[in-house]
Amino acid sequence: MKLELRGITKRFGTLVANDAIDLVVEPGQIHCLLGENGAGKSTLMNVLYGLLRADAGQILLDGAPQHFDGPGDAMRAGIGMVHQHFMLVPVLTVAENVVLGDEDVRGPGWLDMRTARRRVREISERFGFDLDPDALVGDLPVGVQQRVEIVKALARDARVLVLDEPTAVLTPQETDELMATMRRLADAGTALVFITHKLREVREVADRITVIRHGRVAGAAEPGTTTRELARLMVGRDVTLTVDRPPARPRGDGLRVDGLTVRDASGRALVDDVTLQVRGGEVLGIAGVQGNGQTELVEAITGLRAPSAGTVRLGDDDLTRAGVRAVLAAGVGHVPEDRTHDGLVGEFSIAENLVLDRSFGPPFVRRGEVRRAHLAEFARQRVDEFDVRTSSIRTQVRRLSGGNQQKVVIARELARPLRLLVAAQPTRGVDVGSIEFIHRRIVETRDAGTPVVVVSTEIDEVLGLADRIAVMYRGRVVGVVPAGTSREVLGLMMAGTPIEETDAA
Amino acid sequence: MSDVQTPVREQAHQEPPPDRAGAVLRAVTQGRVTTSLLAVLMAFVLGALLVCLTDDRVAAAAPYFLRRPGDLLAAVGQAVGGAYLALFQGAVWAPRDTFAASIRPLTDSLMFATPLITAGLGVALAFRVGMFNIGARGQILVAAACAGWASSSLHLPVGVHVAVALAAGLAGGALWGGIAGLLKARTGAHEVIVTIMLNYVAFYLVSLLLRTPVLQVEGSANPRSRPADATAVLPPLFGDAHTTHAGFVLALLAVAGVWWLLDRSALGFRFRAVGLNPRAARVAGIDVERVYLVVMVLAGALAGLAGAGQVLGTVTTGFGVSIEAGIGFEAITVALLGRSRPLGVLLAGLLFGAFKAGGFAMQSMQAIPVDLVLVLQSLIVLFIAAPPLVRALFRIPAPARGQE
Repeated sequence: MKLELRGITKRFGTLVANDAIDLVVEPGQIHCLLGENGAGKSTLMNVLYGLLRADAGQILLDGAPQHFDGPGDAMRAGIGMVHQHFMLVPVLTVAENVVLGDEDVRGPGWLDMRTARRRVREISERFGFDLDPDALVGDLPVGVQQRVEIVKALARDARVLVLDEPTAVLTPQETDELMATMRRLADAGTALVFITHKLREVREVADRITVIRHGRVAGAAEPGTTTRELARLMVGRDVTLTVDRPPARPRGDGLRVDGLTVRDASGRALVDDVTLQVRGGEVLGIAGVQGNGQTELVEAITGLRAPSAGTVRLGDDDLTRAGVRAVLAAGVGHVPEDRTHDGLVGEFSIAENLVLDRSFGPPFVRRGEVRRAHLAEFARQRVDEFDVRTSSIRTQVRRLSGGNQQKVVIARELARPLRLLVAAQPTRGVDVGSIEFIHRRIVETRDAGTPVVVVSTEIDEVLGLADRIAVMYRGRVVGVVPAGTSREVLGLMMAGTPIEETDAA
Repeated sequence: MSDVQTPVREQAHQEPPPDRAGAVLRAVTQGRVTTSLLAVLMAFVLGALLVCLTDDRVAAAAPYFLRRPGDLLAAVGQAVGGAYLALFQGAVWAPRDTFAASIRPLTDSLMFATPLITAGLGVALAFRVGMFNIGARGQILVAAACAGWASSSLHLPVGVHVAVALAAGLAGGALWGGIAGLLKARTGAHEVIVTIMLNYVAFYLVSLLLRTPVLQVEGSANPRSRPADATAVLPPLFGDAHTTHAGFVLALLAVAGVWWLLDRSALGFRFRAVGLNPRAARVAGIDVERVYLVVMVLAGALAGLAGAGQVLGTVTTGFGVSIEAGIGFEAITVALLGRSRPLGVLLAGLLFGAFKAGGFAMQSMQAIPVDLVLVLQSLIVLFIAAPPLVRALFRIPAPARGQE
């Protein structure tokens, strides 16, 4: 089925999220929609899926104009969507998830699970998915769960399949498998829309590329286009994709993590006997697929979570069960991985967010009262120094773009004299311009002699920043490798292969 | 504008839905002033409709509306105008011989408003930390018992006695609120359930105490307390002819104090941070559990001030378990209508105080049941809880998601 979007325009108040976007997706084609976070890709797809109504423009399927009032209409018309965050019920089986909302019924309301299982098996065989219809979704690895999402769409006869940032949660190997799957689907005649901001993936799989910038089509590109050229189209100017940094000069004791183990309520080890050292003046990168214990490791280091065994030492201080406030007071800067939930109070102003961790005494509090003039002066200076684009320090933080929000977090964390900086996903959902800036500040912090831990699921970020790389898999450190390690070896390690078994060893 | 949050849905899409109670709280505490005003207006309009539907003369004139429409319109005007005029005369100004007598309704309203303002502040303060304090009822009762005991069992000099009795009331309320805060902080028990249950505990506990020598009048079989010593009574503000007592001044001071706490103090900064995003507050080193405990102690103390004011200012001749008089629940409405802002709570408290005073006048002058006032209050809550409804009625455009 051929999908055509004509002049789609969507406004939110004064903001034009989509401005007269045209897009044609042919059957049998993988069409990449490339753009930064906030460029308007997801808005466009939500319009296509009937979740949002366009202010102007048309959606055509095989030349016939469509009108969608909700996802139900879009699905019936043959459009399937695989969301970045899966819409699956973990306690149900694969087959139950696939038919959920579209159940086969026999007689007066009996669920026909036999047909459901058969449908799953059929689709699964046709595309080589290897899915067990009776497996519980919660037990499946993330990559397999994603296949369940795809089967869900195909079971509803989707002829146009939209994949929204599908690789964010996958290992490099799982990503390769997904791309093979996409190719098979395209060969079977499905039209695919692949939304991403990762240039490498685009070059690997796309038949056609449309780049979106500030809600407009910034250009179309052929599959052979260089990454540099794609980045230029995406950002609108030349960007440096690599971080310029002198070699590290490690010194001092820095952070020592010894035998650290964190367990969840059921006793399962989320962080399993992790031992690491980061010395002053070096960046330790922690790589790994999302959900392999990095979050919990950072929480244990920063005092948010009590470890069940092991120690965390910073210089001569034992921070193992010190609590967040004491850890921060000891000179630890923490850029949390999820800034909207953990890093910022969205309804607070920029100024208030800049001192979120400093309401306990001088210099911003005197006799129990916030020193507002002092705070305003400090905020203006930080906003200038960190290039936060805003009209006022009183602007609510949630009204800033992701990149500017992250700069507020970084500006706060780097405002105190630091003895350790822990930055988790420092550039997730941040525009390329801000990425450059944030990376530079992290390297500057390192060069000032501070130990730095950077946790990232993006291999490129870890390769670009880290002087040494620790790879985590299922709560364990699979190995610590030097900065120049190849992407392939890192990929294998991220899938759990010990360093000795990769060919590089 | 480069600093505007770009594609709003894209953001919404990537975040898990926030918890529902939190979203409701945020909607209420951040609603606009116009929403509150329109809610009151709508309630009056619907109230007028209700008056018409129950009025005999309107019912009599309705069947021949087409022949003589003037009759119906006149009847409607009389019914509605009479009802609201009576409400006004009962709540603000009723022409009498002297000025002092004419403003008696107004001073009555202030008397009724006093506990609503302070208890409303208690509920509002907890709201701002993201907690539903449904326990003002229990806190008021315990405070009344404590203040009642101190005012009748201790015998202290003038000035000292009233201060001690007030402090006893505040402490009682703080204790009762603090229990809910402590349970939430230590065990994660939901404050709604705990405070509701503590309301029952307080009710029966005070009922029991009113039958023991701790509070009961000696030699009486009635569950009533001893009258307060004259030294423990809050003096009347405008002379003995008026019911407003010094508790009203304390309520105004409490409004100013809570304003300072929330808007200026470091503690209030932490309160608001926890209320808006407890996770980020925790990551920033704020002891969220401690904040839950502290705010419930303060909220309880504010409700306690309401309870103590009742016993030391309004009903000084001895009280029964009905002393709470529904203030605890009306305080929730007051906090909602005031959008959990101190000044808003003051205004809402004054309005509801006027409702109380005016409701009785309406009943006696126009034979309109006092329940109409309850209906008005309930409608106000309904409209406040459903801002989209008010927006639809008045065709106010929905605020953009990123800006509300």
